[in-house]
Amino acid sequence: MNRTRAHFLLFWGSLFGCYLLQLMPLPQTLLPLKPFWLAIVLIYWALETPEQVTLGLAFLLGLAGDVFAGELLGEQALRLCILCFILLRFRSRLRFFPMWQQSLAVLALLLNDRIVLLMVRAIAGQSPPPASFWLAPLTGALAWPWVFLLFDDLRNRWRARES
Amino acid sequence: MSVPRSTGPLFTADAANTLRLIGYLAVAIVLMVADHRGAYLPRVRYTLSLAVEPMYRLAALPAQIARESRLVLADRERLTEANTKLGQDLLLAQARLNRLSEVREQNQRLQELLAVQRSLDLGVQLAHIVDIDTDPNRHRLVIDAGANQGVQVGQAVLDATGIMGQVVETLPNISTVMLITDAAHALPVTVERTGMRAIARGTGALDALTLPSVPVSADLKVGDRLLTSGLGGHFPAGFPVGTIREIKPDASGMFAVAAVIPSAALDRSGEVLVLHQLIDAVGPPTPIADTGPPAPSAESPAHKK
Repeated sequence: MNRTRAHFLLFWGSLFGCYLLQLMPLPQTLLPLKPFWLAIVLIYWALETPEQVTLGLAFLLGLAGDVFAGELLGEQALRLCILCFILLRFRSRLRFFPMWQQSLAVLALLLNDRIVLLMVRAIAGQSPPPASFWLAPLTGALAWPWVFLLFDDLRNRWRARES
Repeated sequence: MSVPRSTGPLFTADAANTLRLIGYLAVAIVLMVADHRGAYLPRVRYTLSLAVEPMYRLAALPAQIARESRLVLADRERLTEANTKLGQDLLLAQARLNRLSEVREQNQRLQELLAVQRSLDLGVQLAHIVDIDTDPNRHRLVIDAGANQGVQVGQAVLDATGIMGQVVETLPNISTVMLITDAAHALPVTVERTGMRAIARGTGALDALTLPSVPVSADLKVGDRLLTSGLGGHFPAGFPVGTIREIKPDASGMFAVAAVIPSAALDRSGEVLVLHQLIDAVGPPTPIADTGPPAPSAESPAHKK
């Protein structure tokens, strides 16, 4: 009971934190490096507790992200759905990859996400983004091990305290 | 024997998943197309502002705390220095203001003389920047004044040194400003020295605007100041926009392209001024009601007689 509540808190708290991080201001030079936090944390939860992460959840989280970002309603929903689908398909393999291979997989997922975003924007008639557009997946892949270790550690700690 | 039985459900689960994906993608695409066409996201955000606004404030909190703690910890020497400088600036501004008030009085007299009804005093409203960023690829600011404070979409936003942008979306207590450097922004300007008209486009870089497709023969010099022309009706005329930094021929060689440094401090945070819509904004004349040619068949022959 207690453990499920702790898990519940961590799960929703991490997602809430993602929205905050996504909106957080950064110095101008670091802005293009800001990774898609929501996607990274969703990848973690999809790998660890796949029964919680469904396409519907990804869709709803994306919609919430769109409302906060105020861009195009449905854009992040579409991106997260595609990401989540690919992830759940290959989850059993990704889970047992060593860390660096997981990072590469995250990089591929985020790059794919960037391509989807580029397509959406091109169809919406926006001008092509600068080259720095492609930097964010790299920082995302670099951030992945730390996110993974942080959440794993938090969950282990709660588990240990529980037992 | 157990193998086919175990793959059976697996495949159907996969198929169901794929179907579900297609369903969600279709919904997302329908939403995007509808939003792109009808732009109802602002309305959705307006209704959800109860959730959106606290989130924005919360996300801006760390930066605000950092700024305030820096202020608290700023050493005395720097503060004194800043104070003296501000005092000098104030004196200067005061002197300028005095001169201006004289000019204004004169202007008033002249206007009365001309019996011009419209008044030229600018209604402005001070707003603070909420320090968040929604998308690094777009140049947007969020300010802490919204529909409840009387901000409307289309109002111009300035700082002390020039035009910053215009309001593109309002929530009850917060609104979004598109900066003039946003790649999707264009702004009608005139060259102060010659009065030449041009369009200043955003480039997507925070320190550059561009004047595309200027005739090669145009009288433009590096260092020329650009002002808003007031054409188009969105921005009032006469506010500084930027200074020309460089002029070079474009790729075809038929036109010149001028790079412009914006005069507003777009990368600073702090206070901005939201300009209330001027009643007499210079805009395109309202189209004359389409009366059409007088119907020749019935009326005119009868009248000619």
